Amino acid sequence: MARDDYISMRNTSKHFGSVKAVDDVTFDIGEGEFFSLLGASGCGKTTLLRMLAGFEQPTLGNIFIDGQPQAGVPPHHRPVNMVFQNYAIFPHLNVNRNIAYGMRKSGLSKAEIDRRVDEMLDLIKLPGYGARGAHQLSGGQRQRVALARALIKQPKVLLLDEPLGALDKKLREQMQLELRALQRDVGITFVFVTHDQEEAMTMSDRIAVMSLGKVLQIDSPARLYEVPQVKEVADFIGTVNLFEGAIKGREGDSTIVDAEGLGTVRSTASGAEAPEAGPITVAIRPEKFQLTFSEPETSGNMVTGTMQAAAYLGDRSHYYVTVDGREAPIAVAAQNAERQLSVLGQHHERVWLTWNDDSALLLTA
Amino acid sequence: MAVTDSARTVTHGDVPLPSLIFRVNALFLRHEWIRGYTLLSPTLLVMVMLMCLPVFMLVTYSFWTQNYLDIDRTFTLANYEAFFQKPIYVALIMKSIRMSLFCTFATIILAYPMAYFIAFKVKSNKLVWLILITVPFWTSYLLRVFAWKVILGYNGVVNSGLISVGLIDEPLQFLLYNPTAVVLTLAHAWAAFAILPIYVSLEKIDRSYLEAATDLGDTPSERFWRVTWPLSLPGVIAAGLLVFIPTVADYVTPRLVGGTTGIMIGNIIQSQFGKANNWPLGAALSVIVMLMIAFLVVVFIVTTTRGRAKSA
Repeated sequence: MARDDYISMRNTSKHFGSVKAVDDVTFDIGEGEFFSLLGASGCGKTTLLRMLAGFEQPTLGNIFIDGQPQAGVPPHHRPVNMVFQNYAIFPHLNVNRNIAYGMRKSGLSKAEIDRRVDEMLDLIKLPGYGARGAHQLSGGQRQRVALARALIKQPKVLLLDEPLGALDKKLREQMQLELRALQRDVGITFVFVTHDQEEAMTMSDRIAVMSLGKVLQIDSPARLYEVPQVKEVADFIGTVNLFEGAIKGREGDSTIVDAEGLGTVRSTASGAEAPEAGPITVAIRPEKFQLTFSEPETSGNMVTGTMQAAAYLGDRSHYYVTVDGREAPIAVAAQNAERQLSVLGQHHERVWLTWNDDSALLLTA
Repeated sequence: MAVTDSARTVTHGDVPLPSLIFRVNALFLRHEWIRGYTLLSPTLLVMVMLMCLPVFMLVTYSFWTQNYLDIDRTFTLANYEAFFQKPIYVALIMKSIRMSLFCTFATIILAYPMAYFIAFKVKSNKLVWLILITVPFWTSYLLRVFAWKVILGYNGVVNSGLISVGLIDEPLQFLLYNPTAVVLTLAHAWAAFAILPIYVSLEKIDRSYLEAATDLGDTPSERFWRVTWPLSLPGVIAAGLLVFIPTVADYVTPRLVGGTTGIMIGNIIQSQFGKANNWPLGAALSVIVMLMIAFLVVVFIVTTTRGRAKSA
C-alpha cells in the first residue's frame, strides 16, 4: 500500500544567517510519486533538496522519510541518493566503477555487483560503456551514469538537482520522457528540482511551486495551470493577463466583477476563496481569448481594442491588443489550426476579444 | 591567371617593395611558431647561457684530468672509473637518495594536512594563509638552517627546555649532527614547495565529488581514500619531485647540521671543487648524480602515470 506521507516536511526551515532560504514549510510526498520543486533561482528549492539528502540540517522543524525522523542522520546513512546538477561523475574511475561506487558496503559478491552494474548499463541504454573513462562521456551519457550510480543502491527516494539543465533542448526533451518512463519502471519516489516549468509539467505527478523559501501551491500540473491559487503561481506557470478589479455582486454561480479594461466580467471560476466584495484580480490565460476581426454575435464576455503587435510562431500566433482603460496590452495566443499565409492582423486594426465565463479566474488582489 | 601574373611583373618595377616592417609583420602573422619562439627568446637565451652551457662544461670537465695546478685536456674515462672503484661514492649516493626519499616522504606527510586545511577548512582569506606559509622564505635558507641548529643544539631550545622542565638532567646529544637532523631541517625548508602544489590539486577538486561520495554511503575517511586522495595525487607527485630533486644534492644542510654521519654526496662534490681541487672528478660525480636523479624521476613518473591510467 503506497503511503501518502512517504516524505514529510514538518515546519521545516533553513536559515543562513538572516536569510530564510526555506521558511516554515509543511507538506507530504507520496510513495512512488514523481514530485517536482519548481521555482526561480534562490527560492529555496535546492536547499530543501539538500536537507532531504542530509547535506544541510534544518534550522527548525523536522523531516521524515518513510516514517523515520532524519534529524541528525548523516548523508551516508540516509535511504536517499542524489543526482547532482553537474553529475559529479568521479573523473578517476571508469563507468563501471562509478556505478558500483556505492555498492561496496552492500555485502554482495563482486560477481553479483558486476551483474547489477551491467543491468544498470542496460537500463540507462549504455551497454558496453563500462570501461570508458568519465572524460569520454557526453553530457547526456554522464547524466545517465549519474542516474545509474544512484539507482543501483535502490534508494527509497531519488533526489535530482536540475539534472537536465546542462543538456541542449532536444536532448533535454528526450531525457524528460525517458526519466519519466524510468521512474514508472523502477517505482522509486523521485524528488526533482527545476526552474523550468515546462520540464516540471512534462514529468511530474505533482509540483510544489516555491518562492522566497515558501511553498505557494502544491498541485498537479493541470490544476496549477488552470486553477492557480495565488497570483504568483498564475504568473510563474505560463503567461497570464492580470486585471485589477472589484467585485460588484453575485448571480447564482457566477461573480460579477468590474475589471480594468474589460468592463463588466462574469466569472464562474475562482482560485483561493474569493472574497464577497472588494478588490480582486481577474486572471485570463492568453489562449482562452478568441480574437476576431469583425464584431462577433455574442451575449457573453466581450471587449474591443486595437492590435498593437502580432507575432507568427508557426504552430501559433501571439497578438498584443490594447484596450481602453488599461495601459498594458492584453496577450492573446491563437493556434494556427489552418494554413494561413497572410491573415496576421494589421497594426492598429480594430479587433474583438471574447472569452468564456469559466476562463476568467478570480484571485485575491 | 596569366593576366594578373603579367600585371604583377609590370608593377614590380615602379612600385617599391613592401617595407621591411610590413614583411616581418606578415611573417609573424603567417607562422605561429615564429611568434612563439620570439616570445620565448629572452628566457630561452638565459636558459642556454646559464644552464646548457655550464652543464656542457661540466660534462666536458668530467672527461679531463687534474694535474696538480693545471688540467690535462686529453679525453679519459678515469674519473668515472674512480667512481666505481671507490665504494664510498656509490654508498654515499645511495645514502643521499635514501635520506632524500625519507625527507620527501616526511615533507609530504607534514604538508598534506596543512594543504588540506587551507583548501577545505579555511573559508575566507585563503590568500593570507598562503602568504603565511611563505613567511619562512622571507629569510635566507642559511638562516633557517642555523635556526634549527639553535633549536636542536647542545644548549639549544629543546635541550634547555627539557632541562628546565626537569625531564632530563643533561643535554641530549642525539638531536643534532646526524641524518635525522638533516631530514628534519630539509623537510622544514622545503615544506612550502610541497604545500602549494598539494593545495592547488585539492582546491581543484569539485566539492560535488565529495558530496556524491558521501551520498553513496562513504564515511568521511572512506571518502578521503577513495576520492580526495586519488584526485590530489597529481599535486602529491609534483610536490614529491619538487622536494626530492633538490634535496638529493643539497650540501649546506648536511654540512651545518649533519655532522660526520649526516654527510651527503653534495658535500663530496663540493669538496672536489673546493679543498680537494679535483674539478674533473667533481664534474664526473655531478654528472652521475644528475643521471641517477633523472633516471629515478623518469621511473617514478612512468609508474605513477601508468598506475593512474590503469585505475582510470
